[in-house]
Amino acid sequence: MVALARVIDSRVLVQLRLLGMAGLAFVVVGAFLVLFGKNPLLAYAEIFRGALGTSYGASEVIVRAIPLMLCAVATALPARMGLVNVGPEGQLHAGALAVTWGALTFGALPRPVFLPALVALGLLGGAIGAFVPALLRVKVGVNETISTLLLNYVIVLLVEHMVRGPWKDPMSFNWPYTPEFPDAARLSTYWGTRIHAGLWFALAAILLFYFTLRFTRWGYELRVIGDNPEAAGRAGIPIGRYTLLAMSIGGALAGLAGMAEICAIQGRLRPGISTGFGYTGFLVSWLALHHPLGIVVMAILLGVLSVGGDSIQISLGLPYATVNIITSLIFFIVLGSRFRRRATA
Amino acid sequence: MLGLLYAVVGGGIRAGTPILYATLGEVIAERAGIVNLGVEGAILAGACAGFITTAHTQNPWLGIAAAALAGGAASLVHAFMVVTLRANQIASGLALMFLCLGVTSFVGRPYVAVKINAVPQLAIPGLSDIPVVGGLFFQHDALVYGAYLLAPLIWIVLTFTKWGLALRAVGERPDVAFAAGLSPAAIQYAAVVAGGILAGLAGAHLSLAYARSWVEGMSNGRGFIAVALVIFATWHPLRSVVGALVFGAVFALQLQIQARGVALSPYFLDMTPYLLTLAGLLLWGRTRRYAMPEALKSVFEGVT
Repeated sequence: MVALARVIDSRVLVQLRLLGMAGLAFVVVGAFLVLFGKNPLLAYAEIFRGALGTSYGASEVIVRAIPLMLCAVATALPARMGLVNVGPEGQLHAGALAVTWGALTFGALPRPVFLPALVALGLLGGAIGAFVPALLRVKVGVNETISTLLLNYVIVLLVEHMVRGPWKDPMSFNWPYTPEFPDAARLSTYWGTRIHAGLWFALAAILLFYFTLRFTRWGYELRVIGDNPEAAGRAGIPIGRYTLLAMSIGGALAGLAGMAEICAIQGRLRPGISTGFGYTGFLVSWLALHHPLGIVVMAILLGVLSVGGDSIQISLGLPYATVNIITSLIFFIVLGSRFRRRATA
Repeated sequence: MLGLLYAVVGGGIRAGTPILYATLGEVIAERAGIVNLGVEGAILAGACAGFITTAHTQNPWLGIAAAALAGGAASLVHAFMVVTLRANQIASGLALMFLCLGVTSFVGRPYVAVKINAVPQLAIPGLSDIPVVGGLFFQHDALVYGAYLLAPLIWIVLTFTKWGLALRAVGERPDVAFAAGLSPAAIQYAAVVAGGILAGLAGAHLSLAYARSWVEGMSNGRGFIAVALVIFATWHPLRSVVGALVFGAVFALQLQIQARGVALSPYFLDMTPYLLTLAGLLLWGRTRRYAMPEALKSVFEGVT
């Protein structure tokens, strides 16, 4: 019984109750749809039919959950020490930039060397993208929320510049993308779907996140900073160093998501490699209360909404924005709920 | 060269207008101790509501009213979240941004290529006939004059009136304000909603005067730039004007460089406002801290 009680610890219960409250968002958006003369029940049925009704839909849910999980950990890790990283979108693109540089520069390497090198570049690119705002915070006291938001615009524009300028495929008939990566730079996909090896990166990141926070001194000190920064500072925990590390590791994981998107899904760098994965990943982390298991659940839930969003667009002519409205309302509900404060305050 | 200067100054005043509205709105909210990153969303709400109203009525004045209303209503959500439910200010502001982005792209979709009656130009009689100066400063639309007149007005209200004193007291020490018989919650609600109304006007100027069209996500980070500008401006309405003009000039210069076919990547040009904002934070992030309302310190600096 004691073991059972521990399993159903407060956090898990909180998650379940929040999931129930998320239903409220569907009611509100339902009313909104009725206002615009649309049938909400039809829309919801189509979302779940499109995402879970076919094996293709279900596989696409996993495909989208991969970058969402990585970007969510990118937000969750710094969040556990009280930092708000809204930059996974930019860090994902920074990783993609570094990977593309590698793929276009070392085109002739054998696969067992090439792929790990590209993984390393993805990690590095994303880490740099997050290290900059972390350094600004530590050295100059710049709020990381604002700096990561601003950097998102900068890095995405840099991608636009590169794919339309220096890296443009000469054979592309003016389409904005780089040449296709060599086969040795492509991640494996499985079971005839688009599910790719990035899944292992994402699951490894979640496990690592869980074990580090739970069982290492590093994770313990990180959580102490999050609970009480003043006490942590007085106890001699180097908050600046933790800020740099937590942000950089988080950014590295978002960069890895970028690597997986271009090396598995796209096969080249082009604008729109991410349909807001970074921002949605940020939401996943907050909806999951920055908890590893919750991140898996929420990434799949938002993956369902994302695939379903495409589906209502195609079959009902409803805007994709419908699912974004649902997601942001759930975010509000989580933020406003008492459970959240009891769990993380 | 003179033509360029003329275009940058005149264009800067115009392009600086939405940024000034948003910055002034954020100054009011932050002086009352509430950070609202949702300004980005409130601008979108204003731009979209204003555009749709104008498209249906062909009356830009009704559009402006609708924009103010929409911006205020959007920010009311933030006020409810952070004042009544005591939710995290940063997170609630971001939630508001996501919500507005979603709702406006849903509601605004049928209006993407629609043409509207823009806010008319209003030449100030007499003054607009002055050579050079007249054309630069006195031949704009009403929203432009409104923004630059509001800045001193807000400064006067914040500095010299009972209301302004109460608002600032709440932003510095809510507990002391409460002990003095003020209602911090009511004042913070009023400040956040007033800020949202101004953000709505920022949106109105974007869609009804500046771009004269509706595009999904057209605020493009101007709300976040405004939040940063409030810091450079040391939470001061008059210094906000300087910041807004500088950023307006950057936007105007960007258009001029593109229009003159200078061989510079347009994507680099598009980066400049964000990079400039980051550079400003880098230079002044710490030195301007002295002016930060006391109650904001815990919001901006949860971890030091």
